[in-house]
Amino acid sequence: MHTFTFSRAADPTTAIAAHAEDPDLAFIAGGTDLIGLMKDHVALPQHVLDINSLPDMSAIEALPDGGLRIGALARMSDVAADVEVRRRFPAITESLLFAASGQIRNMASMGGNIMQRTRCAYFRDEDDLPCNKRRPGSGCAARDGLNRLHAIFGWSDECVATNPSDLAVALAALDANVIVRGPRGQRLITFTEFQRLPGNTPERDNVIERGDLIISIEVPPRIEGRSSHYLKVRDRQSYEFALVSTAAAVAMDGGCIRSARVAMGGVAHKPWRLTAAEAALRGVSLDDIEAVKKAIGLSFVDARPLAQNGFKVELGRRVALRALQVAGGRT
Amino acid sequence: MNVSMTVNGSVQAITVEPRMTLLDALRDELRLTGPKKACDRGECGACTVLIEGRRVLSCMTLAVMHDGQRIGTIESLDHDSRLNTMQEAFIEHDGFQCGFCTSGQIMSAVAMIEEAKSGWPSAATEDVTRPFTLNDLSAAEIRERMSGNLCRCSCYPNIVDAVTEATHGR
Repeated sequence: MHTFTFSRAADPTTAIAAHAEDPDLAFIAGGTDLIGLMKDHVALPQHVLDINSLPDMSAIEALPDGGLRIGALARMSDVAADVEVRRRFPAITESLLFAASGQIRNMASMGGNIMQRTRCAYFRDEDDLPCNKRRPGSGCAARDGLNRLHAIFGWSDECVATNPSDLAVALAALDANVIVRGPRGQRLITFTEFQRLPGNTPERDNVIERGDLIISIEVPPRIEGRSSHYLKVRDRQSYEFALVSTAAAVAMDGGCIRSARVAMGGVAHKPWRLTAAEAALRGVSLDDIEAVKKAIGLSFVDARPLAQNGFKVELGRRVALRALQVAGGRT
Repeated sequence: MNVSMTVNGSVQAITVEPRMTLLDALRDELRLTGPKKACDRGECGACTVLIEGRRVLSCMTLAVMHDGQRIGTIESLDHDSRLNTMQEAFIEHDGFQCGFCTSGQIMSAVAMIEEAKSGWPSAATEDVTRPFTLNDLSAAEIRERMSGNLCRCSCYPNIVDAVTEATHGR
């Protein structure tokens, strides 16, 4: 690793000011993403500011209205194990448990999880292969290279990588919010707007700016929350990124879908909401498989698979169907 | 920077560069070579140690982040020259071949059982909304919960048997 200086943040205000003033300063919480990027020379901060001792940022609160407030420094494993998270939003617990390994979940923070870089093997490669994310303007080696694991939605010629966070998929489906404090005060960012599509600036993964500190993640009360499920399909059974994953939440009216929320991982630069499918699923019987398939298919009309990942289109449709069935209590 | 940690029960004060990982500090500064350096990227689990009783990867954290904390390595498991139950079970079930991953496997397994006792579900748990008890810690659960520890000799069936016995007895 390169050399850098290290200090501990005393309070949020000075941490935010230090981050705003110094483009070479990085916050560290769990460290499991940042230290890997530093070892690979992808991230080269000159100053590392440890935010772990900031007060009141680790709580997991079950709010009286049925929602949740999760501190940015809460660890993945504590959130996954929390009884109220499991009861109110099982998809959040499942998305956390299907990510990484037990050791990493004990270290990694919730804020760090959603700040994970959207990446691919070319981004992390130690040889200097083209990557617009790592070296803007150098090109995208994956566009016409090894792209089996890459995006089928929302990509640009500048970047075809997918976001690795499982949690993000569940948060996108549940319309969570990120509470961020910056030099000009606190603001709320809708989670579906938190991460970005690559466009012409793939080096920017999200809308976070210098001086921003994530305070908490808030999940509003959802009637669909208790009937939510996260399904992840991958090359290995455990400890592997998704080929395709889906977070689905449904509210039922008898056998019919009253409302559905569906977001997909492993298919785009950010979690991909199936909005067309959600609209078409309203009033459809969950047991009418052909009708559910037809509704899901509406969200795949604009899929643009790359040379090696055409399988993700059919796999995605099937994973979405299965996730909806399990969320709705069909086994 | 100066760091003081309670390692295996005794207070250790060391001076390290900020870039030194906890793993390198344990191995090179404190001469505790139980935690192994294999991938050094958080992929293999050979460096697993306990921080405040929780299993973590010592290669993916900086020593300076752990001032004042309690660290446990494999060197702390035996008492009065008698091996810990998990260590005995690994020998009994031939849970290793070359042995390079073993200290990480054992530290991970010891802490994993505590997680299960605390009622933590896993990706192998059928219904995460229901309470989890140690009785639910099946072989499938153990395989999932131990997936962060790789064994290139592929002793997995024997490792699962060892952890099963250490959990539930014979």
